[in-house]
Amino acid sequence: MLRLSRQIARYSTQSGLNAVKFNEAPFLANTVAKALDNPELPPSVRESSVRQMNLYEAINDGLRIAMETDESAVLFGEDVVFGGVFRCSKGLQEKFGSDRVFNSPLNEQAIVGFAIGYAAMNKTAIAEIQFADYVFPAFDQLVNEAAKMRYRSGSQFTSGGLTVRMPCGAVGHGGLYHSQSGEAFFSHAPGLRVVVPRSPIQAKGLLLSSIRCQDPTLFLEPKILYRASIEQVPLGDFNLPLDKAEIIRPGTDVTIVSYGTPLYQIMKAAQLAKEQMGISCEVIDLRTVVPWDRETVINSIKKTGRCIAVHEAPRTGGIGSEIAAEVQRLAFLHLEAPVLRIAHWDTPNSLSFEGFQIPDVARILDGIKATVKF
Amino acid sequence: MVSMSEDSPTTQGHARLHKTSPAESKSTQLAKPTSTSMFAQRYGGFALRARHFSKCAIRRSMLQASHQATNPGLEKDDRDFTGQLNVIDPESIPKIKTYRLLDLEGNLLDPDYKVPFTREEATKIYRDMVTISIMDQIMYDAQRQGRLSFYMVSAGEEGISVGSAAALKPDDQIFCQYREQGVLLHRGATLKELMSQLYANADDPARGRMMPVHYQNARINVHPISSPLTSQLPHAAGAAYALKMSGTPAISMCYFGDGAASEGDFHGALNIAATRNCPVVFFCRNNGYAISTPTEEQFRGDGIASRGAGYGIPAIRVDGNDLFAVHRVTAMAREMAVKEQRPVLIEAMSYRVSHHSTSDDSFAYRSRTEVENWKRHDNPISRMRKWMEKQQWWSDEDEMSARHELRKDILREFSAAEKVKLPEIKHVFTDVWAAAPAILKEQQEELKEFLGRHKEEYNLDKYENGINGL
Repeated sequence: MLRLSRQIARYSTQSGLNAVKFNEAPFLANTVAKALDNPELPPSVRESSVRQMNLYEAINDGLRIAMETDESAVLFGEDVVFGGVFRCSKGLQEKFGSDRVFNSPLNEQAIVGFAIGYAAMNKTAIAEIQFADYVFPAFDQLVNEAAKMRYRSGSQFTSGGLTVRMPCGAVGHGGLYHSQSGEAFFSHAPGLRVVVPRSPIQAKGLLLSSIRCQDPTLFLEPKILYRASIEQVPLGDFNLPLDKAEIIRPGTDVTIVSYGTPLYQIMKAAQLAKEQMGISCEVIDLRTVVPWDRETVINSIKKTGRCIAVHEAPRTGGIGSEIAAEVQRLAFLHLEAPVLRIAHWDTPNSLSFEGFQIPDVARILDGIKATVKF
Repeated sequence: MVSMSEDSPTTQGHARLHKTSPAESKSTQLAKPTSTSMFAQRYGGFALRARHFSKCAIRRSMLQASHQATNPGLEKDDRDFTGQLNVIDPESIPKIKTYRLLDLEGNLLDPDYKVPFTREEATKIYRDMVTISIMDQIMYDAQRQGRLSFYMVSAGEEGISVGSAAALKPDDQIFCQYREQGVLLHRGATLKELMSQLYANADDPARGRMMPVHYQNARINVHPISSPLTSQLPHAAGAAYALKMSGTPAISMCYFGDGAASEGDFHGALNIAATRNCPVVFFCRNNGYAISTPTEEQFRGDGIASRGAGYGIPAIRVDGNDLFAVHRVTAMAREMAVKEQRPVLIEAMSYRVSHHSTSDDSFAYRSRTEVENWKRHDNPISRMRKWMEKQQWWSDEDEMSARHELRKDILREFSAAEKVKLPEIKHVFTDVWAAAPAILKEQQEELKEFLGRHKEEYNLDKYENGINGL
């Protein structure tokens, strides 16, 4: 736990309100009963056993199952053989051999292009981009090739077997190029799916679904959670749905929509809003960010009348913009306040100023207050 | 193999490739630094990326690597060091010669070469080249008359596409750029299939979404062509790896032009294909131009073939107007790729006789005389015809009747395809994701309602089932 507290210390330079203990988030399954009491799990898994895992271990477990259950699956990227710079592929080459788990040359466009060609043969390619910040050299391959393969061939050829995993998000000290959240760039490319898990159970189930789904999928792993987020994770093989958002805290006064890391800050802010002001927040985890589950969000807002969208990526052109636009279109008569977006400022990520840039508990709490008092 | 005369017309045509002045091309590569900086060199980029995140892991991997370090130029062997400060001047490296089998008069140059075609096969190859060239003329005119939106001819490169395709096997996976109609035709695409694509009509398996000449054909393993240049090279490497993993004795065959080879994907693809030992043949059509840009503005090295060695990939340069040489080189490269499970690079020297596309007038940047010279003196179709005539496998009469018949076939399919309606309007929305998400179903509904209110503004009868096709 020494390691864990170091992560927290690094992430939150501020004390008090903004110090978030990741392993205390109420949505985490910290007991066996809680882990197995999940209606989305198949019955066989709900009767099986669990093991405590952090996020990278859960991803590792998911990758192992994906490769065991699909002989065609290969896993590759920069430095994945020795376990990966975040340990996600630890032990997999020993288990599956050097033909199925291998290092690629240091070239992102080749990694994704190679994976698309492999997937075009109706096989499963799991590619790793070392940091989401370095996916942009492969932007052409993802947006012009992977996203459009099915459409341009009338489904005769697809890149559905492609999953690109990449660590994303702020980590306390990542500066410009180890902190970015690029999901919105890909939301503009019809044909792609973008998935962001919030916790180990979610990471395992959503990763398995992403690998098995017939669309090219970008799987963004919040790297701050690799070691910090810990759950009792079911050991069996399970998929979690890619077309469903999840209400992780029911409420009646304001709907907060987010995904990935900010959910930890939101849960603390929601708790404080309840304690300090009696405000009841409904918190929704989109899970699949593109294409997103509007129904769950709109139904919630029709009930609460207020909406806040939160993400770590910059505000302009972010996922929050799409949410705000659809909410005002589909729930206009239900809204009692403007839709608020709490996001990274429209600046690059910085080293020294990160504490002022990412949405933290204080900003979210402030936003809840402003929205409810409007 | 017969060695080529250096002043053959093909080599002359690309003499500008070799005109680089020594001053401009001097490499500044100095002797390698001592081994103390080895880790910095080997792990510099890696360490920067991973700094703070996994220091222990990096240290471990460095330790492991130090026992197996094989960095070229840093061998322990004293003989690999030198007191001489070496600069490798590319001018000092012999130019790669162009392999030729058939001369301009239709004579085979290598007495030991056994023609691998029966009369029937040779006739099929010849007829396919002629078909493509007739189709070029008809489609070019059709575009000029506004009956087709776009077209790209492959005049002058029929020998490359048909000759290489004749050396491939049915399981081979084909990745084209766009100037390889002959590959599709020779592998068995029907004229109807080609025309359906060109007209983007209801018979087109891509449901009319792609511009003309962006063919695909799952039946004959031709992957869908896309406009972004060179993106298909890493795909071919990945598909070849899939063949390797499933133990299929087949290759990926990947065509691209000399201009496309300047893209980053060329570098990425050749490098990953080499490091993963993928059975892929990278086939470059060096036709002297990328739209208006001549090769001397595209690269300063010895063409594309010289790059193979840097990636550890065997390379061959071949006369692209010589069908026999193209066929033989491709067959050999295919054999090597399958047997040795490694990539091979072929550079076929040719000349783009035609305009780049129907949107281009190439006389804005090159002389008519240059084009006419190539057309008249060095043409893959006439070279093959001369050889066929020498075998008494072909005559003027055969030529007349074949051309008449092929023209008739093409015009028949052309008119038929033109009459087929465009695909149903619902295909605006299908095939985006494996299953349409709610957001897309809603947009389809929105278009349907809108068209119901404004059908007079759109030519809905052009589409199969009109408004009911949505």
